[in-house]
Amino acid sequence: MKHFHRNTLIIGLVGILLIPWYRLYGNFWAFEWLSLDFFYNEDNAPLIFQIFVFSKSWLLLAVGPFLFYGLHLLSSKSNEVRFKRLSYYQLYYGLVGVFAVIFQSLLVGDFGVNFEWANAFLSEDAYQVGTGGGTLLLILSYLLLIANGLAYRGFMKGDVFSTSCLIIIIFLVSVFVIFPVLNILIRAFYVNEVGFSLNAFIDRFAIANLWSLDCRPSSNSICGSAWSTLFLAVMTGLSTTILGLAFALVVTRTNFFGKKYLGFFSVLPMITPPFVVGMALILLLGSSGIITEWIESVFNVELGGWIYGFWGIWIAQTLSYTPIAFLVLIGVVEGISPSMEEASQTLGASNYKTFFTVSLPLMRPGLANAFLLGFIESMADLGNALVLGGDYQVLSAQIFFAVAGASADDGKAATLAIVLLMFTLTTFFIQKRWVGKTNYNTVTGKGDGGRYCDLPIHVKYFSLGVVIPWVLFTLTVYAIILLGGFVETWGVDNSFSLKHYVDAFRVEFVNNAFVATGVAWDSLITTIALALIAMPLTSFIGLLTGYLLSRVDFPGKSYFEFGTMLSFAIPGIVIGVAYVIAFNQAPIDLTYTALIIVLCFVFRNMSVGVRSGIASLSQLDKGLDEASITLGATGFKTLRKVIMPLMKQAIISSMIYSFIRSITSISAVIFLVSAEFNLSSAYIIGLVEANQFGVAIAYATALIVIMSIAIALMKLLVGNRKVFLRAQK
Amino acid sequence: MKNNTSVSFKNVVKTFNDTQVVKSINFTIESGKLVTLLGPSGCGKTTTLRMIAGLELPTSGEILISGQDVTKVSASGRNVGMVFQSYALFPHMTVMQNVCYGLSNRREDKQNMLEKAHKALSTVGLEQYKDRYPSELSGGQQQRVAIARSIVIEPDVLLFDEPLSNLDAKLRRQVRQDIRDLQQKIGVTSIYVTHDQEEALAISDDIIVMCDGEISQIGSPDALYKQPKNEFVAQFIGDANKLSGSLDSVGEDKVFNVNAFPLFQYEGPKGAGENVAFIRPNAFKILRSDHSSAYALPVTVISSVYLGSHTEYKVMTPWGDSLFMIDYSFDEPIANQSSIFIEIDNRGVSIV
Repeated sequence: MKHFHRNTLIIGLVGILLIPWYRLYGNFWAFEWLSLDFFYNEDNAPLIFQIFVFSKSWLLLAVGPFLFYGLHLLSSKSNEVRFKRLSYYQLYYGLVGVFAVIFQSLLVGDFGVNFEWANAFLSEDAYQVGTGGGTLLLILSYLLLIANGLAYRGFMKGDVFSTSCLIIIIFLVSVFVIFPVLNILIRAFYVNEVGFSLNAFIDRFAIANLWSLDCRPSSNSICGSAWSTLFLAVMTGLSTTILGLAFALVVTRTNFFGKKYLGFFSVLPMITPPFVVGMALILLLGSSGIITEWIESVFNVELGGWIYGFWGIWIAQTLSYTPIAFLVLIGVVEGISPSMEEASQTLGASNYKTFFTVSLPLMRPGLANAFLLGFIESMADLGNALVLGGDYQVLSAQIFFAVAGASADDGKAATLAIVLLMFTLTTFFIQKRWVGKTNYNTVTGKGDGGRYCDLPIHVKYFSLGVVIPWVLFTLTVYAIILLGGFVETWGVDNSFSLKHYVDAFRVEFVNNAFVATGVAWDSLITTIALALIAMPLTSFIGLLTGYLLSRVDFPGKSYFEFGTMLSFAIPGIVIGVAYVIAFNQAPIDLTYTALIIVLCFVFRNMSVGVRSGIASLSQLDKGLDEASITLGATGFKTLRKVIMPLMKQAIISSMIYSFIRSITSISAVIFLVSAEFNLSSAYIIGLVEANQFGVAIAYATALIVIMSIAIALMKLLVGNRKVFLRAQK
Repeated sequence: MKNNTSVSFKNVVKTFNDTQVVKSINFTIESGKLVTLLGPSGCGKTTTLRMIAGLELPTSGEILISGQDVTKVSASGRNVGMVFQSYALFPHMTVMQNVCYGLSNRREDKQNMLEKAHKALSTVGLEQYKDRYPSELSGGQQQRVAIARSIVIEPDVLLFDEPLSNLDAKLRRQVRQDIRDLQQKIGVTSIYVTHDQEEALAISDDIIVMCDGEISQIGSPDALYKQPKNEFVAQFIGDANKLSGSLDSVGEDKVFNVNAFPLFQYEGPKGAGENVAFIRPNAFKILRSDHSSAYALPVTVISSVYLGSHTEYKVMTPWGDSLFMIDYSFDEPIANQSSIFIEIDNRGVSIV
């Protein structure tokens, strides 16, 4: 504990004395900061110089609590009394310190003092830019002080390490998830140069094209986008659930010859960038797609661009999200104990009656769960809506155009984001509170031998009848994705060509050196580099959160859990808008940096780590941690020596998933990219909009290959199970 | 080892989500004793044990180990060894690494560490298995590793959380005795949690009987069996038939009567008046030939179960109570519906 306390103070001192207080401009890797001159100017000086040399007097607020705490430390003498009383001071100064740092950073911004009353104290030319490393360390020091104080007082059973982790994670989630989201709420009420106005919000909220119920196809009018979004989400939820169930039944209850390979389909959407399916559909069914042209020539009809709009998005989303429903439902179908069905049969029920009165009702919570997942995914989907949307207005695309369009209306985007957020959060609540709690999982592990009864013949034929065509369709779509990049000009000149791959990935030998001149290289390298940086961070923070949630008890745990799971329920586009609005000025100014993209990756994908952490910890005997602690190990050592070695698989898989999700994410990062840091997915969308399908498909195929390699690598590493893990009962 | 390694609870309360799991308990366990926390599941015994280990912190009250207040000291800061129900051996470490783990947390030098670990392993007779993984050992061996791991750190207090529940019945007797012998040998203050009264009676110096988060009675096994202080203890330890009646003075003596049937002569401290008596099942004696005793009671056999070493009977008294009794004699079992006479041995009776 004493070491910990000393380290806390050292972190604080380094933050005050050595590290630049504000964010740095310019290239970190240029190592300019090695020279002393670098620090001795207003941009890069640490806190201590900012106050006394560059007379930023309000910064005294930030450092004050730290100094007062130091004085207390020096003035108190006896050790025994000191540590008991000290815990109060730590709590007090830690809390005051965190609030003081936040307060001063809100007080003075890029353009001067933010509050009129403060003009009385501060000079008119006061200003400060975004926070930097010094601020970070000082806040960290205050947070650790709080953790120290809480642990002394018996919080989390007196474990300083867990308490510190908890406090830091709460702080990070507040700053990078909750703050930006709350901030868009505020922005929806805000009008530039007018200020806050309820009317502005009502105007934005009540616009006709959001809620209009005039949906008659004949009247040439367009349904409100809120209704369109909901309708599409319901349809996608239904179609993915029905298809997912059919797949699950075929895999578990029939001896269909190809069922072994169906599991492969569950991997596809993970490694497919979200708009790629949409692109393939255009190549197949678009106005000049192969199927369209074939039908038009054979039947002599004019199909036109029916794919652009509801039908296209729906088919693309169904293709993309059926595997998710399948993954949920296969667990549900396998979770029904065969003895239930055997009991039903011994009581004289037919196959048919058993299925519809026993098996299907037992699956009901799982079906609802699958439906809600499809529902949420559909609402959050931006890629397919952009590529295939046409005139069909959904919220995610509208938000995109509100920010990216000519008018760039933050307030409108914020309002639409709130509507979308309302929908997804409500669904998330329903899923958590209602569906999540009802669980008919009947496999108990004891005496659950027995055999599932045969599917009723109609159900079997229905399932196979749905699954087989769908598999063929999916295969066609993916074949198009693979082949599309090798065709000269799709639909016009279908001859084989490597042109698009060369355009994308050309490497030339110039002046004795290889130079990557393909158009894709910049964004590809940035994407992979940033995804790799985010990977360990995401996995670490996610698994740590999972550890705290499943292993440690503390007051307010359910709120903490809710906060960390929130990032799953927030559509990417909402996060994207929220980040752009929240982090483009002091106190946190990250516009056009790589850091904002990495942060977005980390907090967007954190829930993957949380869930895999909880899942793998629930299989580890809690006694192991307790044994380690009673043997005198600290929380940190327990995590390092006992938990981590036993969670290797979870660590690897959460890293790979976070890597893949980073690469495929589009909606959250589309506003965060810049000329310097562009990402593959945003670049490909740009190609699609410029109608360069060939290069786009070639690039997307390359991404799919990279991610397949990542998945294969994971299978290889995780498959390597050691026998001793079976030891624990 | 320190001389005084007593454990004291002062008004300790533990609340989980507004439910009081432990309701203000007080006790002191003397240095070097083996004390059992006994009670039905949900009585708070495991929570009490975990509070000694520091795995739970009390909501209020004080816990003292070796005279020092450790109420808010974290588990890793207390010098306490614990043997878990599941053993909780680290599956990715060998037996030797498991045993050394606790020592490595105290920054012992390597030589010293290995010496101590070897000694601990030989104490439990497992030296030859030191390089195996826990999964390569039998249940009984795993448990002995768990014990070695917890004694090697020379704890002030050694805690056992239902350590026998994963062993089969035969092994249980053996290991129970081993634990007792080991505890006597190293003289460490030990606290043992179980719900099995036989196990508690066999192993303990003292037993703390708990019920609904409160302590029902503390005492030696003998005292608990012979002088239970309340109905719960009487029923929980060794079974008892409950009979309501009155103690009437007959000259110098006191006689317990139920519905005008005199049952036995009482020699305890209770005064005359309405009372409740608890009678052990083996305190009944079947009078096969001689029915002339003053306390002979006519009963009807309702059912019987023959169990080899003894026979269990359920009989009906004339006033309609049913009694559970055990007959250890070699006599022929008695048919259902037979009318017989029984007599009560007052050494198997307690009035609370």
